[in-house]
Amino acid sequence: MLTRRALRVAGSEAVGPYTLLRVERGELDPGIPGQFFMLEAPGRLLPRPMSLCLATAAELGFLIDPIGHGTRALCTLAAGETLRILGPLGNGFRLDVERPLLVGGGIGIAPLPYLSERLGGPPALLGFRSAWHAEAAALVPNAEVVVEPTYVTELLPPGHDVLACGPAPMLEAVRSLTTNAQLAWEAPMACGYGACYGCAVEIDGELKRLCVEGPVLAAA
Amino acid sequence: MRLLNASGCLDALTAPAVAAELDAFVTKTVTPLPRGGNEPVRIAETEVGMLNAIGLANPGIDGFLHQMLPRLAGLTVWVSVGGFSVREYAELCERLEGEEIAAIELNLSCPNVDEVPSGVGEVVAAARALTTKPLYAKLAPAADVAENAKAAEAAGADGLSLVNTVKGMALDERTLRPVLARGAGGLSGPALRPLALAAVFAAYEATRLPIVGMGGVASGRDALELLAAGASDIALGTILFSDPAAPTRIRAELEAELAAHGFADPDNAVGAAHEPEASTLDPKSRVGRKKSLHTRANVVG
Repeated sequence: MLTRRALRVAGSEAVGPYTLLRVERGELDPGIPGQFFMLEAPGRLLPRPMSLCLATAAELGFLIDPIGHGTRALCTLAAGETLRILGPLGNGFRLDVERPLLVGGGIGIAPLPYLSERLGGPPALLGFRSAWHAEAAALVPNAEVVVEPTYVTELLPPGHDVLACGPAPMLEAVRSLTTNAQLAWEAPMACGYGACYGCAVEIDGELKRLCVEGPVLAAA
Repeated sequence: MRLLNASGCLDALTAPAVAAELDAFVTKTVTPLPRGGNEPVRIAETEVGMLNAIGLANPGIDGFLHQMLPRLAGLTVWVSVGGFSVREYAELCERLEGEEIAAIELNLSCPNVDEVPSGVGEVVAAARALTTKPLYAKLAPAADVAENAKAAEAAGADGLSLVNTVKGMALDERTLRPVLARGAGGLSGPALRPLALAAVFAAYEATRLPIVGMGGVASGRDALELLAAGASDIALGTILFSDPAAPTRIRAELEAELAAHGFADPDNAVGAAHEPEASTLDPKSRVGRKKSLHTRANVVG
């Protein structure tokens, strides 16, 4: 059922340039890693799509890069305030993989801590713009970290089932280097449930809604 | 009063539970041929509303009739149609004639395609000749909305859908370039509310056609105001994106608003804005009201 839940903000912490926003979990289903939630952005008309970063018994965490009006508003939420959340939405990662390797770039590491937990802590390869941004790597166990000008694709070992999230150029590069990767993409979304057609991306040569077909897509 | 979605603001196939809360589901505009729509970026948020330039993405009339419509069984379906010539609108209506649909809405005002259709009257007349379905003309909140409404009525329309979006633009915070790949897009949400009120008000005075009012409705109060301006049905658009439970919430809020204003049901509120205020029928209170307005004007001036 598509009903938003009002959850209490438990707190938020800076993680490098990002903010980890924690909410009390309540009855909310955390879903499958790679699925996403629409978070009501205080004072804004439209909610913002965010993948789940952490799920404990008591809390859900969202890693947010404050780059625009909505994300900045979300990062100002304080403990005790209420946040309305819709989800989980979309299609997450397939977890039935034999040799998982998590690959993340920048704020694209957001879904990887929860994914890592569900997969039992597989190896991860993370790339960041700077050492400050790379502070977020502490959220992902077993991670090898590179900072620009080194890119994750330079270190990608063969023979793994890659599960990746990051900027589009990184995902394109991963796609060109692997045969069976799962890639989590992003696009601006107004609704997250197939109504607005705003999140269209080219899939199999056609413009399709990322919220319905993805956000995790097979690399092929 | 019926509660609908605005065309292009809901997909009953991905959100059947939301569609089930409405009295009728209005499809995304169907065109003669399939359209992928515009390149991304297609949407942007502004301080006062949302911009979209989707570009009438749809499976085309064949795809719609064979793949979509059968899956909408059980819903009361209004089909929005859009053509790039008078003939195309008419042919789309003809293709729908034998189908189990409740109404056809002619999208005469999409801001996101280059091809401009002919006059409202001409399109409605051509469509009317080929369909017996209830025919609604969807118009933009332009200065000539009353003229277009009259033209639609004269040509045989059964109703009006007011209003479509208006063209707007947003620039990127850093680059100062348009956010939307297409440059401009259709502005919806709160910014449309006063434009919708004015358009519905004007069309109510200009014609006798029933009006589906839409444009920025986000609460029961917004719905009540459109009813008062002259709408007899209400459609929800942008609010569905942020709140899929809006149909149920707004119905409940409207019920409370109607009761607070002494209306027994929504139909009693239709056109209320065109009637003299009950209190002004009392000469004494009219004098008092004028005086207070005059005083306020002086203060402002």
